[in-house]
Amino acid sequence: METILLFAPLVGALVCGFGWKLIGEQAACVIATGLLFLSAILSWIVFLTFDGTMQQIEILRWIQSGTLDTSWAIRLDRLTAIMLIVITTVSSLVHLYSFGYMAHDENFREGEVYKPRFFAYLSFFTFAMLMLVTADNLVQMFFGWEGVGVASYLLIGFYYRKPSANAAAIKAFVVNRVGDFGFALGIFGLFFLVDSINFSDIFAAAPELAETELSFLWADWNAANLIMVLLFIGAMGKSAQLFLHTWLPDAMEGPTPVSALIHAATMVTAGVFLVCRMSPLLEFAPEAKTLIVILGSLTAFFAATVGLVQNDIKRVIAYSTCSQLGYMFVAAGVGVYSVAMFHLLTHAFFKAMLFLGAGSVIHAMHHEQDMRNYGGLRKKIPYTFWAMMIGTLAITGVGIPLLYVGFPVGFAGFVSKDAIIESAYAADAGGAFWLLVVSALFTSFYSWRLMFMTFYGKPRGDKHTHEHAHESPRTMLAPLAVLAVGAVFSGMVFYKPFFGSFESVEKFFGISGEKHAIVQPYQLSPVGVAYAASEGEGKDDHGARHVGEPGDGAIFMAESNTVLDDAHHVPKWVKFSPFIAMLLGFVTAWFFYIKDTSLPRRLAESQQPLYQFLLNKWYFDELYDVVFVRPAKWIGGFLWRRGDGNVIDGSINGVAMGIVPFFTRLAGRAQSGFMFHYAFAMVIGIVILISWFAIGGSAN
Amino acid sequence: MQDSLLSLIIFIPSVAAAILALFLRGDDEAAQRNAKWVALAATTLTFVLSIFLYTGFDPANPDFQFVEEREWLLGLQYKMGVDGISILFVLLTTFLMPLVIASCWDVKTRVKDYMIAFLVLETLMIGVFCALDLILFYLFFEAGLIPMFLIIGIWGGKERIYASFKFFLYTLLGSVLMLVAMIYMYLDAGTTDIPTLLSHQFGSENFSLLGIQIMGGAQTLMFLAFFASFAVKMPMWPVHTWLPDAHVQAPTAGSVVLAAILLKMGGYGFLRFSLPMFPVGSEVMGPLVLWLSVIAIVYTSLVALAQHDMKKLIAYSSVAHMGYVTMGIFAVNQQGIDGAIFQMISHGFISGALFLCVGVIYDRMHTREIDAYGGLVNRMPAYALIFMLFTMANVGLPGTSGFIGEFLTLMGIFQKNTWIAMFATTGVILSAAYALWLYRRVVMGDLIKESLKSITDMTGRERAIFAPLVFMTILFGVYPAPILDMIGPSVSALINNYTTAVLDSGIVTHMAGH
Repeated sequence: METILLFAPLVGALVCGFGWKLIGEQAACVIATGLLFLSAILSWIVFLTFDGTMQQIEILRWIQSGTLDTSWAIRLDRLTAIMLIVITTVSSLVHLYSFGYMAHDENFREGEVYKPRFFAYLSFFTFAMLMLVTADNLVQMFFGWEGVGVASYLLIGFYYRKPSANAAAIKAFVVNRVGDFGFALGIFGLFFLVDSINFSDIFAAAPELAETELSFLWADWNAANLIMVLLFIGAMGKSAQLFLHTWLPDAMEGPTPVSALIHAATMVTAGVFLVCRMSPLLEFAPEAKTLIVILGSLTAFFAATVGLVQNDIKRVIAYSTCSQLGYMFVAAGVGVYSVAMFHLLTHAFFKAMLFLGAGSVIHAMHHEQDMRNYGGLRKKIPYTFWAMMIGTLAITGVGIPLLYVGFPVGFAGFVSKDAIIESAYAADAGGAFWLLVVSALFTSFYSWRLMFMTFYGKPRGDKHTHEHAHESPRTMLAPLAVLAVGAVFSGMVFYKPFFGSFESVEKFFGISGEKHAIVQPYQLSPVGVAYAASEGEGKDDHGARHVGEPGDGAIFMAESNTVLDDAHHVPKWVKFSPFIAMLLGFVTAWFFYIKDTSLPRRLAESQQPLYQFLLNKWYFDELYDVVFVRPAKWIGGFLWRRGDGNVIDGSINGVAMGIVPFFTRLAGRAQSGFMFHYAFAMVIGIVILISWFAIGGSAN
Repeated sequence: MQDSLLSLIIFIPSVAAAILALFLRGDDEAAQRNAKWVALAATTLTFVLSIFLYTGFDPANPDFQFVEEREWLLGLQYKMGVDGISILFVLLTTFLMPLVIASCWDVKTRVKDYMIAFLVLETLMIGVFCALDLILFYLFFEAGLIPMFLIIGIWGGKERIYASFKFFLYTLLGSVLMLVAMIYMYLDAGTTDIPTLLSHQFGSENFSLLGIQIMGGAQTLMFLAFFASFAVKMPMWPVHTWLPDAHVQAPTAGSVVLAAILLKMGGYGFLRFSLPMFPVGSEVMGPLVLWLSVIAIVYTSLVALAQHDMKKLIAYSSVAHMGYVTMGIFAVNQQGIDGAIFQMISHGFISGALFLCVGVIYDRMHTREIDAYGGLVNRMPAYALIFMLFTMANVGLPGTSGFIGEFLTLMGIFQKNTWIAMFATTGVILSAAYALWLYRRVVMGDLIKESLKSITDMTGRERAIFAPLVFMTILFGVYPAPILDMIGPSVSALINNYTTAVLDSGIVTHMAGH
């Protein structure tokens, strides 16, 4: 069953990509979508019937060289199962949605066939993503990792006539490769240390790695920390964390369903998945955890500030995604991997919904994406409006604070985001906590700003477009309805297994709880100052907690890691703070965009430098252009003209350069063909000589 | 047939060449067609026979197989054989040659001579990989220059004379030193038999020459002599500059053979001679080779970014990829050398295909300038797809054969030196940049250039040529076992002997990073 759900999308991609000429455009797309739904149904069956014990299914041998032994294999545990439902659910809905959205694309000329190509790419992406999450070893994961990168490249550049789309596609691929650079080095390092890159072997070796020194470049490093930092660099690339985030906003050049699937719900969360997958090792890498928290919280903050002033509807949501990914990393970094996965799950629903909703708005407005030209669309596209409203309520974290009826009551984002903020506080990551709370305020502001600018107020921009604004077809609305269910309920339904008591979380993630030799990572390694503090409180209650060995269960929380429990015992004001931040954001947005619509402009004018700074995304693109892109091109040209041209050809073979023209003249004279015959006779001579004696020799 | 299978494979092409030379008269269309068909039949037959080589080969045995040994003139011997390292190069050559012949179906000038040149070249190339006698090896190795020289010099582009001489002189000058070393080897060991030489221990005691202390003694000197030749062939930085010129001027089929097979002779030479025969010399000079390799990767990748000529760009990319090969070889561990051999085989498919890709549009537009193209996807979707696939393979995308070699060599070098591993890994970023940028400028965008408005997509013949390459690239990317199983035992034997020899010599080289 697992194999079928894994390969169904690949079959769909092949049928769509190559078979459409035989069976027709529509049929091919329908088959691909059908296979995706099959995959989704199987995923849910797997998810619901999964009993917590890890299964491995080997498919085919892969790279075997000396002691390196890797296979194509499926590793099915709770993490995989969660990702399976996220990927296949969103993907199948996006396939369905694309029937409507891609029906008449103005980027293509009359009679051009582009739909099967689009569906093929989508299905191929899904396959690669499934390979990523089902991987049993790091190379297979890398296969999926790069596979989704290619799919993303192809889909961002789908409108291949647009130079901006092509540039964005390359940017996405190359920036991701910078992350892969770290990822690959991490894999090499693990192989060097563990002599294997299969997850089970790595996890088993984790405690040992915490005590190993690895000499890398100029110094000796703690192996666990170094490896996790390298792998995290990979995660930063894929999940668009600060410094490697620049590709994500540009990736919005792709069609909107792509943004929903790849750049919101699935691919960009691969980094979070990687970090959670490596939790047995990460638990032994306190410094790496600190780094993850710092970068995660900074990303959450940075992206939220940029999101405040963007005018392109998709870019606002893109920065919002970037910011939410930062939240997830903070959760993983403070050691509550289940909460990171929780937010990943809920975010997949409400963010996919926001994107698809935005797509519906764009569709209605004839591919206008500038929110300054929207306004008053509430009546024209009511279903879309309600979908977006649910998504906004979810992302801003609307709920009833402090009410607990077996689970908190609120939209999905309320439950999972607050879980992260509380965990950050519980882990004594004070800076991260405050950054996340402020980001929550910004999140609320830009989300409501988007709603107000799009659906409220008076219509702005092209009158004609507004008059013809129309609700989207059913194929586009149905996915929104399904996702709405997820955006409302997924937080409450999945609260227990992801953020309940230790027992419920451990049971869900298949941690057997058998008492093994107690591992105390933070005592083994002298570092880990930031989190050592959290051991103090609440420890007594859980001294008897059974932790398995690393690799037992889908995630691993060391015995000293009690953040999950501490998060439930944070002061009331902490639980209240994201709610207040949300309210403040809402009220400010209301003042700015409903009450006094001239306020934003006045503020922007009075705070010109700050406004420009945010509008230009902290000038990261400009900085990278100056620091990396241009020098690389310049050095390339320099090495070519000066290095190859002057130095090497000029001096090292100065002699040869003198000889060459001489021979050239000689050859010029012999151009008539004599030259050829002489040389040719020589070769034939040699060959005949060798042949003759070879044959003659055998006669003896 | 089993006992003379190798000789058959080696000489069928040249027999066909002789038939063409002696019996085919005239240069009319019929004669041209006959020449092409004879060449295609001969290369295909060679390939079919080489399949028996594959099926009859016992991968578990690291020794030479299919050995043929005969007396030859002047007391020399004719000795051929293959082991796990060389057999794949033979197969690569026999596999590619029919495709190469098919790719020059549209050539109109001196077709008969062209076919003869390729057929003779095939014999010489296979001979290089099979020769088990020093003199025989040298003959094949050097003679191979001549047909290639002619292919560039006669059927090449505008600057073909300059390029062909540059190619010829570079490679020939490198070989002179190798010849000197070979003579010394004969004097020292008293034989030219390669299997005997492999177990012969050449002197490795330090001595001083002209006041310079030479670590590793004679072995180091011989290593350097062979290195001069192989480094030029590879080509390694900084003796790589002949390659871009040669590629640019060579006709498409010539470029394919040059990139796909001829470059591999250097890597093969390192594995056949340098490492096993001069282990101490290799150990002494290893760090230098590694640094040259990594410079090649970074330097040529950057240079590739600045190119305006498609073939030059791919040629520079070839140099970078060969950098991974030398790096893997001189990591001297299983992953490194497995990866290096894999990289060479895979590069044979990928670079061959990329040069064919350039050939496809060159045949239509007669220019290699990148700026002359743009938006080809509009009229050539099949071409865009195939070019995309090989661009990605060139970038080392997992799932294509390009990944495995790159990955294994990097994994191998990481165990030896992390600095080199780190710099070499930056190659994965740069390769993505130059390859995708090339693809974008040629294939993507709107088709606005007037001259391209009537360009046609690939013909059936062109698709048929690419099909086997596509198949191989994906097959070995997903299931590399046929190659890795084949080379594993021979490589591990090589490494064992190397390690023992180095330990025995007591030489210690300092390699920073670990």
